[in-house]
Amino acid sequence: MSSPDLLAQDGLVQDRPAALRRILARPELGSLIAAVAVFLVFAVVAEPFLRVSSLGTVLYAASTIGIMAVPVSLLMIGGEFDLSAGVLVTTAALTSSMVSYQFTAVTWVGVLVSLATTLAIGWFNGWMLGRTKLPSFIVTLGTFLMLTGANLGLTKAISGTVSTKSIADMEGFETCRRLFASEVTVGGLTIKATVWWWLGLLVIGSWVLMRTRFGNWIFAVGGDAAAARAVGVPVARTKTLLYLGVGFGAWVLGQHLLFSFDTVQSGEGVGNELIYIVAAVIGGCLITGGYGSVVGSALGALIFGMASKGIIYAQWNPDWFKFFLGAMLLLAALLNAYVKRRAERGPR
Amino acid sequence: MSGETKIDEAKTDGPMNGELLSLEGVGKSYGTVRALQDVSLTLRAGEISCVLGDNGAGKSTLIKIISGLHRHDEGTYTLEGEEVRFDSPRQALDRGIATVYQDLAVVPLMPVWRNFFLGAEQGLRRWGGLRLDADGMRATTREALAKLGIDLHDVDRPIGTLSGGQRQCVAIARAVHFGAKVLILDEPTAALGVKQSGVVLKYVTAARDAGLGVVLITHNPHHAYLVGDHFTLLKRGRMAGSHPRAEIGLEQLTTEMAGGSDLAELSHELARPGLPDSPSDPLSDSLPDSREERSQP
Ligand SMILES: Nc1ncnc2c1ncn2[C@@H]1O[C@H](COP(=O)(O)OP(=O)(O)OP(=O)(O)O)[C@@H](O)[C@H]1O
Ligand SMILES: [Mg+2]
Repeated sequence: MSSPDLLAQDGLVQDRPAALRRILARPELGSLIAAVAVFLVFAVVAEPFLRVSSLGTVLYAASTIGIMAVPVSLLMIGGEFDLSAGVLVTTAALTSSMVSYQFTAVTWVGVLVSLATTLAIGWFNGWMLGRTKLPSFIVTLGTFLMLTGANLGLTKAISGTVSTKSIADMEGFETCRRLFASEVTVGGLTIKATVWWWLGLLVIGSWVLMRTRFGNWIFAVGGDAAAARAVGVPVARTKTLLYLGVGFGAWVLGQHLLFSFDTVQSGEGVGNELIYIVAAVIGGCLITGGYGSVVGSALGALIFGMASKGIIYAQWNPDWFKFFLGAMLLLAALLNAYVKRRAERGPR
Repeated sequence: MSGETKIDEAKTDGPMNGELLSLEGVGKSYGTVRALQDVSLTLRAGEISCVLGDNGAGKSTLIKIISGLHRHDEGTYTLEGEEVRFDSPRQALDRGIATVYQDLAVVPLMPVWRNFFLGAEQGLRRWGGLRLDADGMRATTREALAKLGIDLHDVDRPIGTLSGGQRQCVAIARAVHFGAKVLILDEPTAALGVKQSGVVLKYVTAARDAGLGVVLITHNPHHAYLVGDHFTLLKRGRMAGSHPRAEIGLEQLTTEMAGGSDLAELSHELARPGLPDSPSDPLSDSLPDSREERSQP
């Protein structure tokens, strides 16, 4: 049946790939280089940056972004955005606090109702997307605005002010605090609970993406939804599950905010959704979907953590932080486009 | 090659023997656009049935009905003796109908092996099927491709880095591997050069030899005539002819497809099959073991 000469001419017979080329085509490569560069810069210019205590601070800052960057990057690889992710964190904290305060004196009830709420909102985003076929940018912009309003409106209506009442004296508060907002100190290095949550989500998220059938579907629905549907991938369900993941991340982070500060400011969270997206893009996620890495999003979060704290340690004007971020984002997006083209060309 | 005998078998057997699929008076409208009306088609195992027609004739619509992407509004669709009406491509796939679409065949940025197994991923038993058997799937992909004579060592390449013809071949190998009974190909050679078309057509005949029924959509009568056992012509959504191979020659097929206007020019081309400007010629040279298309009238 086969005629080898024809196949050879057609390029069907391939050489073994060069391992180096394969590494160069990895989505997280750029973020790894950037993370090392940022580390080196601050190590040189900011003396306190290398102290062990600073490492704990940087890790904490990175984890509060990384917890959300994991599900947000998965969603982006699945080809969608979630502009409601930032305020959803605040919604999670508010719900937990107010349900506990208004209806019971047990924090666990609020915590569980909060989980149900964030998952329901995630499901709503996914369902609207599948139903209306509108771009996720529009759908989640809608949820973003609605949640921003509801956070403020409901909090004012219920507590009379823009922040919630303290729940520090309630039953279960200490256990919840241990779960979401504790810290351990080992040899001067203080590690907050969010770091463990971040690492856990990171491992699970990356494993799911690279090693499971669902992960295969995430790549496929983001890469080409129509092609995925044609081979039997449940596109709408896959995307909805990704939004549920964002809901879960928002719940974790929301509980952390609540149990570390006892009270919640209802106006918080606006703008953070962009930070999560930037972390994912710096980590190698394509804006157009179908390509990226969860590990990269963690590197993106780490760059954030190092930059936000390093600027303070270096006693630079913190106003420049946003400028730095914007520049990083542009560079990362350019690099991703380049890596993608490279990947498409393949290791020849 | 065994192609010759296969056809003869299919011809001498009774008409019901091995009948996989039949459409009877099928029609479909997109809103007010009547894309298809009163189309009938029968497909047997080990047979290649070609559907020909100009752009917009309704070819893609026809196969989207067969593969469950759209539902027909009129007529009946019978699969292995049972009338069916599919709601999703998944249902058609589960019944053994694999489709290589004109416009949506693969996910370009995903590695070849991930594409190969997309929607039919294998899990590791000891992980309860949760963890992908990545190495197993890589090896299976390589083997399945090798079985059709495609030697692709690096199955980790994004499939987008393969040429159009290679991608079609992978999609065909995939259908054969997953035990499809019916393989539907929407213009697999449309964007390809002569050599690559030849390669793809070879794998189409390999799939047929593996016992699949193949529906081959094309607007190129030369390609169709190289491999087809039956020819259905569509014109503006209606059937304009349906012939078994025995009843029609390449010239007549081309004539019917072209209608009246381009006829003179085409017959002019066909009258000089030996010259390089004839579209059928280089291809048949690159297919030494395909059927003797030029021994026909
Ligand atoms: N989703 C759709 N909505 C509305 N009209 C459609 C749709 N798909 C196809 N049509 C129309 O139906 C008719 C048949 O289209 P179809 O794609 O089946 O043609 P085709 O024979 O495959 O053409 P080509 O050779 O260009 O692939 C055309 O007039 C086309 O405009
Ligand atoms: Mg078409």
